Amino acid sequence: MSIKVSNLTKYYGDYLAVDNISFEVNKGDILGFLGPNGAGKSTTMKIITTYLPPTSGKIDVDGLDVEDNSLDVRRKFGYLPEQNPLYTDMYVYEYLDYIAALDGVPQEKVVQKRNEMIRVCGLEEMKGKIIGELSKGFKQRVGLAQAMINNPEILILDEPTSGLDPNQIIEIRNLIKKLGKEKTVILSTHILSEVQATCNRVIIINKGKIVADGSPQELQSRSKGQSIVTLEVKNNCDKNALTSQLKTIRNVNKVEFVKDTDDSFIYNIYGEKGIDLREVISNKVMEQRATLLSMQAKQSSLEDIFRDLTK
Amino acid sequence: MKNIKTIYLKELKSYFNSPVAYIVIIVFLVIVGWFFTNGFFQSNYATLRSMFDMVPFVFLFFIPAITMRSFSEEKKQGTIELLLTKPVQDYELVVGKFLAALVLTLITLLPTVIYLVAVIYLGSVDPGPIIGGYLGLILMAAVYIGIGILASSLTENQVIAFIVSFVVIFALFMMGKFLVQVSPTLVSAVEYISTDYHYTNISRGVIDSRNLIYYFSMIFLTIFLTKMSLESRKW
Repeated sequence: MSIKVSNLTKYYGDYLAVDNISFEVNKGDILGFLGPNGAGKSTTMKIITTYLPPTSGKIDVDGLDVEDNSLDVRRKFGYLPEQNPLYTDMYVYEYLDYIAALDGVPQEKVVQKRNEMIRVCGLEEMKGKIIGELSKGFKQRVGLAQAMINNPEILILDEPTSGLDPNQIIEIRNLIKKLGKEKTVILSTHILSEVQATCNRVIIINKGKIVADGSPQELQSRSKGQSIVTLEVKNNCDKNALTSQLKTIRNVNKVEFVKDTDDSFIYNIYGEKGIDLREVISNKVMEQRATLLSMQAKQSSLEDIFRDLTK
Repeated sequence: MKNIKTIYLKELKSYFNSPVAYIVIIVFLVIVGWFFTNGFFQSNYATLRSMFDMVPFVFLFFIPAITMRSFSEEKKQGTIELLLTKPVQDYELVVGKFLAALVLTLITLLPTVIYLVAVIYLGSVDPGPIIGGYLGLILMAAVYIGIGILASSLTENQVIAFIVSFVVIFALFMMGKFLVQVSPTLVSAVEYISTDYHYTNISRGVIDSRNLIYYFSMIFLTIFLTKMSLESRKW
């Protein structure tokens, strides 16, 4: 089960939403589409799901062209659009039965399938409620149940965890990971930790173009890479003197004054990749007779890469 | 066919799940009942004439009220994206919704059979105009539903859908009543487009293929245009 996108371009009128992108997704992949708002993530998904046609380019789902064999392609995937498509006046079970019937689940299996989805998505207690009365998290689960009811080989989820509380986010992520073992999953998000937590592959997209493609680890190692030390000192010292002293340390590229709290100054100090600056910094702080409150070294995160690439 | 049935059943059910269906049915019956009984006892003939004259006017409001949600609400809630990415043909969606609205209209017309029973009880009835009258009403309703659904597919705003379908239906209906002001060369064309002209013919009890062709071509045209309007996202 594979999706092959080749030279996909999409214009809305004069506006270029997707600019000649190509990629391939295979079974077992959980692909995270990462990008700022308006980068073209949703548009790409809408084209893969046959909702919108591409301006040019081609998408094959398991060898079937999305434009020529649109109905056959639609049987292969489950799709959760960004705006969760729920009928708020229907009961949960009633909605899922309707979707199952539209998806071509044989009539005698509809109830069984629906109950299975209700169990998988943890909706047992909500089954007999009106959708409009559910909390956002449960609505999102109904949306996921809807996407999976025909047991599709491909799941396409547009911002599946948006608007959920932290507990619900973790639950949905675990659910996606579990499903990803036997399916192909494409999900979009602008939350970086989500990609790190769920995906085994990331495509970063910006202004319609792919700017990076690889596993989260690969992307991290590919980054320009700096070591960053966050330093907090008590504010009874001379701020300017300390700043200029820190700048004189070898291998330090940049000293950034972050903020001034009630009783301390906080700095970010950027140095060459792979060099631990903590010892030198603490010596400098001593020399200035400042009081060291805390110091923390961190690796450049996916977040920094993302910011570098999409700025 | 299976998809049409699924969509039709869901749509019909959702009319009755909300207060919309009950309100329109009750209002319809109250208005029609009032006008029927008034006209009936004044004219002193055993016909349903006064009802058949009245219902087309009630339909002007009634049909747009039941069709205004059909696609505009799907667009507004985003469910249209769900439906159009399921293995369902666009026309199946339109026909399913069309049939649900038509059946709701039939259910609304059903209680008027009481008037028929009363009339049969009170005098001898000529069956032609009765059969023709009901057939004419149903066909006219079908055309209006087609127009209403088309209007609803053009906007995500129910109020706009209501107003647009009302204006179009009103124009089509009233055209036939203002033939005097139309230039003589156009009279027969305008007359042919007007729903009222065909309804008047059929409700006399004369069921002519000319009238049937008009109604069925209007129904197909509106369904086809709605399908086009759904596809317009691809243009």
